[in-house]
Amino acid sequence: MTPINAVEMRGMVKDYPLVRAVDNVDFTVEQGEIHSLLGENGAGKSTLMNILYGMTRPDSGEIYLAGQPVQIRRPADSIALGVGMVHQHFMLTPVMTVTENVIIGNEPTRGIFTDYKKANAEVQELIDKYGFHISAKATVESLSVGQQQRVEILKALYRKANVLILDEPTAVLTPQEVKELFVVMRELKAAGKSIILITHKLRETIEVADRVSVLRGGKMVTSGVFAKDCDASQLALMMVGRRVDLYSTRRSQVVGETALEVSNLNLSRRGVPILKNLSLHVKKGEIFGIAGIEGNGQTELIEVLTGLTKPDSVTLKKDGEPLTGKPADFLSNGVGHIPEDRLTRGLVVPMSIEDNVILGYHKRPAFSRRGLRRTKAIRTYAADKVKEFDVRTPNAKNLCSSLSGGNQQKVVIARVFSQNPDVLIAAQPTRGVDVSAQEFIYSKLLDLRDMGKAIILISADLDEVRRLSDRVSVIYDGQIVAESKADVWDEMEIGLYMTGSKQAGEETSE
Amino acid sequence: MKQRLKSLFRLEDGGVLLSVLSLIIAIIISGIIMAIAGHNPFTAFRAIAIGAFGSQRAIANTFTQATPLIFTGLAFVFARKAFVINLGVEGQMYMGALGAALVGLMDLGLPAFIHLPLAILGGILFGALYAGFAGFLKVRFGSNEVVATVMLNSIALLFIGYLTNGPLLAAGSAAAQTERVLETALLPRILPPNQLTYAIFFAILACIFMKWFTDRTTIGYEIRAVGLNKKAAETAGISTGKVIFITLCISGAIAGFAGASQVLGVDRRLIMGFSPGFGFAGIAVSALAANNLLGVIPAGIVFGAMRAGSMELARTTSIPAEFSDIIQAMVVLLVASPLLVREILKVNQVAKKGGRKLWKLSSKTSSPS
Repeated sequence: MTPINAVEMRGMVKDYPLVRAVDNVDFTVEQGEIHSLLGENGAGKSTLMNILYGMTRPDSGEIYLAGQPVQIRRPADSIALGVGMVHQHFMLTPVMTVTENVIIGNEPTRGIFTDYKKANAEVQELIDKYGFHISAKATVESLSVGQQQRVEILKALYRKANVLILDEPTAVLTPQEVKELFVVMRELKAAGKSIILITHKLRETIEVADRVSVLRGGKMVTSGVFAKDCDASQLALMMVGRRVDLYSTRRSQVVGETALEVSNLNLSRRGVPILKNLSLHVKKGEIFGIAGIEGNGQTELIEVLTGLTKPDSVTLKKDGEPLTGKPADFLSNGVGHIPEDRLTRGLVVPMSIEDNVILGYHKRPAFSRRGLRRTKAIRTYAADKVKEFDVRTPNAKNLCSSLSGGNQQKVVIARVFSQNPDVLIAAQPTRGVDVSAQEFIYSKLLDLRDMGKAIILISADLDEVRRLSDRVSVIYDGQIVAESKADVWDEMEIGLYMTGSKQAGEETSE
Repeated sequence: MKQRLKSLFRLEDGGVLLSVLSLIIAIIISGIIMAIAGHNPFTAFRAIAIGAFGSQRAIANTFTQATPLIFTGLAFVFARKAFVINLGVEGQMYMGALGAALVGLMDLGLPAFIHLPLAILGGILFGALYAGFAGFLKVRFGSNEVVATVMLNSIALLFIGYLTNGPLLAAGSAAAQTERVLETALLPRILPPNQLTYAIFFAILACIFMKWFTDRTTIGYEIRAVGLNKKAAETAGISTGKVIFITLCISGAIAGFAGASQVLGVDRRLIMGFSPGFGFAGIAVSALAANNLLGVIPAGIVFGAMRAGSMELARTTSIPAEFSDIIQAMVVLLVASPLLVREILKVNQVAKKGGRKLWKLSSKTSSPS
């Protein structure tokens, strides 16, 4: 007798105008297992899960839950059928309590009033049952990111979810929080829940999942193999379709003089200090990595380093000369910038690739003469860059909005790198891009470094910082709290600095 | 190219098809309203058509009305390119009229080929400065351009009212107006005695020039970048404040040209309240033009035709001329709500069961993640 599957999707197809996002996919999750759904960005894993959760309707295919055929038209249907989804971006109201966030839409009532007493008791019971270690009465804003994620999980559990979809749950967590999340996931599994883990992180899959399915280009290439039988390079091969180098890197050979020096950097917003007497420097031929949980002053630091924000005080020197002025002055002084969010600061998405690849450098004589755009020169230049940086598009005249995230990021990279900056402020350079684009961007960054340029790498992706940086540092609460040569710290140790639980010079306490 | 043509006709925000369909639906709905009010819509549309295109005089009237509408529509659309909502076109047009009148009234003994351009330039300059003031307030003090320009409208109107009643009042005139501008400053009429002047060509040329300007010049590029993503433009080192200021000045200059063309061509003097709201009608034109710089030309002509036609409507039938306003209002309403137009067409489509699927509807616009 075979056990009844918690989820069974058969022959799922979803077409979008230009692409078949999900192509005749079968997907099965057993009751009480952790099933990792692997795939690159754009492989179709989000689309498949959106179908299961009722956010997208498939063009064809059948869904069975606990053996019964079901019709899921909207999230309300799937919630009623016991499917819960925890999105990558939390949907919580910070000023409200855990209970209030959890019961929203399903409030227990007494007459016309919400029965908070009952609600609190119910939520606390759930919390204790799964060992979540939070208080039902705490406000969400007082919780850490990892705890907030548990509130999202609670929301699904409160609605009696039997199948939990976790969308890239570790993307926002520190290594310690990831460990705690895995404990929670195993707890839930022990209670008989089925968990679908959407991820592109291979090590996590191997660590926590029972079985793995891999999507590539909308097709299921591997279905339900046991995770303990796989190794990372095998999974990477399945995911990308070719051998990829996951860990290789090279360290700086020749480190030169200091290229950029920042000291005494203070910045307050509405009276709240954001950057506190921050100092850093980067040398020629060196990548200086800054790790940290988002919201510890990274955005403001980037803005100061690119001239976008005037801090309360700072001494900024490039090659020993003071550097001041507006963003245009920073650019013309050879400080390049890969903005942390390509959609808001990086690109003018409704404009063409041509227009975007010269943005910020559009007044250079190569592109502009007597106030007129040199259309032909721009066209040739853009076509060259599209080829050189492997931007996948039929034509550079196409809008940036027609590109995938990885290709959009390549446009940003092409723009900055082609103007030969002395110092590069690279913020989240590979956020939301596929493995191929990531590899490409990494090799470009290392090439630039080897040409003797200085790079400041600011990233929330700890693996990225550790892999690329010649010197690693951690920003916490507006300060660089620790700094070391590459390969000295392990992941857990950086994690301690990131949460402020350890200060530089302290001994590791376990 | 083929793709571009295709996108032009897709039923999306900003497409030609949407504008054309909105216009047709607006006419149908207005017809129904007319029928409910007890008038024969066909009589009305016939009268409007005759008044707009039925004779040489009618056509001249249409283009006379279209001239300021193309200018003001262009002024509004151009400002939108930098994501600036210039609601002060009306006031800038009045100031432009003042500038043109001041130069036009000055007896400098200049020949027409110098005096007329100078007078037009006066209008452009006054319009630009007046809009520039709003731009200055926005950039320097962060005031909202919508509020600033609207308030400046009232100031301009009242200021012109004061001047035409006081210092500039024509001797012995009962109406609030200035003396006639000098012969040498007059815009020649194309088909006298019709009021149509050569300004219509300037209006059309202005649209073509502004299209070229936004596409080909470096500042035009910056304007587009600021309009489409201000933060990215700022990050790229573009001085967004400067760009917004320049955009408003140019927009005001175009509005000023509208005022100059009225004073030097149609009215031949500055009259208090000479504009029946051309500045605001320009917003309607911009909506029908789908914020396309060249689309302003046909859109301006359509609205000009409706204005010209409504005069005939009032003259030859008992139907109030205001019905023309209903059509115009309907057009704006429909163009501004593309989803509504799609819904209306969807109903038709369902009614014609089995018919070809003509429109790819909104559900198809999402993309894979």
